This record gives sequence, structure tokens and C-alpha cells, in this order.
Amino acid sequence: MKILVAVKRVVDYNVKVRPKSDGTDVDIANVKMSINPFCEIAVEEAVRLKEKGVATEIIAISMGPKQAQEQVRTALALGADRGILVESDEDLQPLAIAKMLKAIVEKESPDLVILGKQAIDGDNNQTGQMLGALTSMPQGTFASEVNVADGRVSVTREIDGGLQTVNLSLPAIVTTDLRLNEPRYASLPNIMKAKRKPMDTFTPEDLGVDATPRVKTLSVEPPAERKAGIKVADVAELVDKLKNEAKVI
Amino acid sequence: MSILVIAEHDNASIKGATLNTVAAAAAIGGEIDVLVAGANCGVAAEAAAKIAGVSKVISADNAVYEHQLAENVALLIADLGKGYSHILAPATTNGKNNLPRAAALLDVQAISDIISVESADTFKRPVYAGNVIATVQSGDAIKVLTVRTTAFDPVAAEGGSASVEAIDGSHNAGNSEFVGEELAKSDRPELTAASIIVSGGRGMQNGENFEMLYKVADKLGAAVGASRAAVDAGFVPNDMQVGQTGKIVAPDLYVAVGISGAIQHLAGMKDSKVIVAINKDEDAPIFQVADYGLVADLFDAVPELDAAL
Ligand SMILES: Cc1cc2nc3c(=O)[nH]c(=O)nc-3n(C[C@H](O)[C@H](O)[C@H](O)COP(=O)(O)OP(=O)(O)OC[C@H]3O[C@@H](n4cnc5c(N)ncnc54)[C@H](O)[C@@H]3O)c2cc1C
Ligand SMILES: Nc1ncnc2c1ncn2[C@@H]1O[C@H](COP(=O)(O)O)[C@@H](O)[C@H]1O
Repeated sequence: MKILVAVKRVVDYNVKVRPKSDGTDVDIANVKMSINPFCEIAVEEAVRLKEKGVATEIIAISMGPKQAQEQVRTALALGADRGILVESDEDLQPLAIAKMLKAIVEKESPDLVILGKQAIDGDNNQTGQMLGALTSMPQGTFASEVNVADGRVSVTREIDGGLQTVNLSLPAIVTTDLRLNEPRYASLPNIMKAKRKPMDTFTPEDLGVDATPRVKTLSVEPPAERKAGIKVADVAELVDKLKNEAKVI
Repeated sequence: MSILVIAEHDNASIKGATLNTVAAAAAIGGEIDVLVAGANCGVAAEAAAKIAGVSKVISADNAVYEHQLAENVALLIADLGKGYSHILAPATTNGKNNLPRAAALLDVQAISDIISVESADTFKRPVYAGNVIATVQSGDAIKVLTVRTTAFDPVAAEGGSASVEAIDGSHNAGNSEFVGEELAKSDRPELTAASIIVSGGRGMQNGENFEMLYKVADKLGAAVGASRAAVDAGFVPNDMQVGQTGKIVAPDLYVAVGISGAIQHLAGMKDSKVIVAINKDEDAPIFQVADYGLVADLFDAVPELDAAL
């Protein structure tokens, strides 16, 4: 069984991103970039399926600027077998990403495509679902448990009220939630080995996809500031403030 | 302009999130139709017809829609949606699951989690865990949007008198099956609907200690939430998680107990009207957003609070 994993290069989750002062864009010059945390979980899940003998090959794919090859290398160091970089300096939006992934799916015919549920920069939570629509594959989104058996995959999903389990025919799409697994760290020898693993590079044109953004960002601004609060001395003062000042209890 | 709102419901009743979504549709302006897709969902469709401002309810009552499987529901939404200028769903796990799939079928770049309507094609939405608010403009013929419910005051659930149109036929992709559901049961208000929320973090140490919060919550008529750390440690179930990747809440009062205030947690609660933090570390980032901060050991402060209420 072949697994395709999509990994996005994003601003590290510890960085507090701010808009540029002219409000045209976010200021991400010189900030730490990482693999999107949900994508790390996607890679880990694929690697575990391979370790269990369910999967035979893992292909990691990233789309973005040339530097996104670092995230492909990270995935290779974590256990993916080969990499694909689709290089583009466009603002790549989920529909375009899904179209390019579809082109790769047609070339590679994977049995499972694992994506993160959400990229923590754009917070879109769309790409996996869109890829499902374009390929007619079923989708197990927000997965906290994945079991492959008898040509099908059973996915436990985190939904608003609790958990839901669906059973999907293969090939299928899974998008990962945080509790699916705890990703390992890449060991130094594996990081060295990853440098020798194959990586193909394409452009959106090679894949026949028009990646022009459909949604334009007109401006960005910081969220409304909260006014500074106070410290209360004890529980009695807290209860008094809540009753008589804020009037919320 | 005509707008299709996808109802959030459980076949028997309409969920509150639908009312916030109709409010967002009303801010765009134009006729508002509501789709109720489900099985034996007649009662929900009748309830939807009473929502203020709705022109027509489309009831797609068929076994294939019973569990809102995205493979089937997205086909239905895309099919019906062709005739509308806008398609809106609440940014619930259902809306997030179905709507992008429908958008791609329509060749539309969806816009997630809108928090304001600037014009018929321009919206504001949070990015980077809410640290940045972007104003974005759609260039697509049909606008497909999910709505952050906390940003729109709900319309009235009663007072409307829309017609109900039942549609026949079914879209069955035939590649997915519902197996089962484990829904958390609680007599407390739902997190996203509560006007007061008491949340616990890793500082609670274990699941038993959450009993202290349940007691306080019951006195206040509050819901109980949690940080991801508390959920990951197994203190409480996942549906209690508040944050960037959990539930987004904005109650009148949010009490954070033993929660440090990571960016990802703040993303889910910093629009609350009044925030209280109880934490023994005076430098915890949660105090930067708290209106009232109490530096104390929660194992002293929470029982005292319970006694004082
Ligand atoms: C991609 C991604 C998404 C995430 N999404 C979310 C999300 O949606 N929601 C979320 O919450 N987190 C999320 N996180 C995790 C987040 O980064 C933090 O790790 C998490 O919020 C920390 O939870 P906490 O505050 O309970 O724990 P900690 O950070 O460990 O804080 C515990 C706090 O309790 C205090 N404390 C301890 N003992 C006591 C005591 N006896 N009395 C008083 N105070 C005490 C400590 O001083 C400390 O401030 C996400 C992380 C990633 C990478
Ligand atoms: N540029 C990208 N390159 C590779 N994968 C991506 C890219 N953008 C999105 N994805 C995948 O889609 C998931 C969801 O992203 P999004 O829909 O943007 O929130 C991510 O976790 C990735 O798995």
C-alpha cells in the first residue's frame, strides 16, 4: 500500500505573528519556519502504518517556495521514502493545492492520502476535503484513530459533540487531529540518510494547474486589544468584582 | 442575491449555530433559503421555517443524509448551491467537513471562519490563531463561506413563516459508511452556547480534580471547558477543548483555572467579555488577557470560590 502525505511549511507554532505596520501583509521576515504540526502527525501516522507492515511506500509532498524542500527533507528524515516539491512563489490556496495534489494522485495512485486537518498559518481547514471532492475519494477528517483492514479504512473523528467513527473504501483521504499520535523526533543518522533520498521537483504548470489565487487579501490588522486588567488580592475581592463591577454573576 | 444557509441540526431540532449563520447571511443581504439535509428531519425543517428572516426551507429528507456524511451531503450542497450567490454554513465540525468539499465541486475557493461581512464579496477572518485579522475578497462567482458563530448575534428562532419545500432524490457516493458515535452527555450547557464557562488546564493535575470545577460551574449555570493539555493528559474528553483547534467560545464570563494561556488556547477564548484567571504563576501569559487575575494555588482558591457563591 502506498501513502501520500502532504506537508506544509509554516511559521513555527511558537511564533506570535504580527501584521506589518502598513497593513499589507503579515511580518514573517526572519521568523522560524517549521513543518505544520498537523502534517508532522500525518507523517508519523504514515510511518507507523509502514512499521506495522500495512504500508510499503510513503511519498511526502510539499508545495511552496524552494525552501519548502526543508520540510520535505524533514518528512524524509522521519521515515518517508521519497519526496516531491512543487515549487511556486504564488500565494497557494487550498483549491489550487488540492488540484495539484489531485494531479500527483493520478500519477502515483496512492491508497491513502494523509493531510493535516489545518495549516496553522491560514487556518483554512479545507485542503483534504477539497481533494476528496476532486478525486471522488471518501474523507475521514479530524482523525484521532485510523485502522486499515480488508481494503477499507476505519477512522474515528473528533466532532463537536464527541467522537464519530466512519468506514471508508480505499483509496481514501485522512486529515489528522492532534490526538492521533505523538510524532517522533528525527534522529541524526536519519537526517543524514534523508539527504540521499530522492526528491522530484515540479511546477504548477508541469501539473497542468492554474494556481492563481482566487481570494485576494486586501489588508491585515491586529485583533482588537483587550484593555489591561487588574490583579485581585483574594477570592472575596474576585467575587465582589464579578458581582458589582462586571455584573456577570 | 440569494443565499443558501446549511442548517446545523440533529434531525429533531435546529442547533443554535444555524441562527448565527442566518445572521451572517442577513448581513450580506438578499433572500435566505435554509437547507435541512437529514433523515426523518421533518421536525427540524418545520423549526427552520420559523427562523426570522428565512424565505424558504429546503428539506432533503433521505437515509443517505442521516449522519451528514460529507461524501453525500457535499454533492447535494453543490447541486443545489449552483443557483445561489452565496452558500453559508456554521464553522462547526460538520460545516468544516462538508462545505469545502462542496466548494471544490463548484470550483470555488471557500473562505473559512468569517467574523464580519464588509460587502457581498469581502469578509474579515482570523488567521495565525487569531493574531492577525485579514480582510479578504472573493473573486469567485459563488461565495462559499463558513461562519464563526461567536462573531454574529443569533437571529430569533421564532417569528418567521417560511415555506418548506421537500426535494426528492438522493446523492449517494457509496464510498463511506457511518459506524457509530460516542457523544458526551452532560446536563450542563453546551460550551458554544453557555454564557459562563469555567475551564481547567494541566494545573488541575487529574480528572477527579475537575469535580471542583463542576461544582462551581453548577452554581453558576456554567459549562466546563479545558485546555488541550488537560484533554491530552486524559483528564477530560476532547469535546471540552477550547482553542485554535478546539472550540471557539465568547461567553460573558470565562474563568481559566490552571491554564497558562498559550497562543492556541487564547485563540479560542480571548473574545470573551470578562476573563478571570486563577494561576499560581504570576507571570503566566493568561494574565495578559485577564480582566481579573488571581495569583493563587487553585486547590485553595477554587474551594473558596465554591463556598463564596
Ligand atoms: C497545532 C497546535 C494546536 C493547539 N491547539 C490548542 C487548542 O486548541 N487549545 C489549547 O488549549 N491548546 C492548544 N495547543 C496546545 C498549547 O500550545 C498549550 O500546550 C496548551 O494550551 C497548554 O495547556 P495548559 O495551559 O493547561 O498547560 P500548561 O501550559 O502546562 O499550564 C499549566 C498552568 O497551570 C498553572 N498551575 C499549575 N498548578 C497550579 C496550581 N496548583 N494552582 C494554580 N495554577 C497552577 C501553571 O502555573 C501553568 O501556568 C495547541 C498546540 C499546537 C502545537
Ligand atoms: N502548500 C502546501 N503544501 C503541502 N501540503 C499542504 C499545503 N497547504 C495545505 N496542505 C495540506 O493540507 C492540510 C490542510 O491545510 P489547510 O486547508 O490550508 O488548512 C495541511 O495540513 C497539509 O497537509
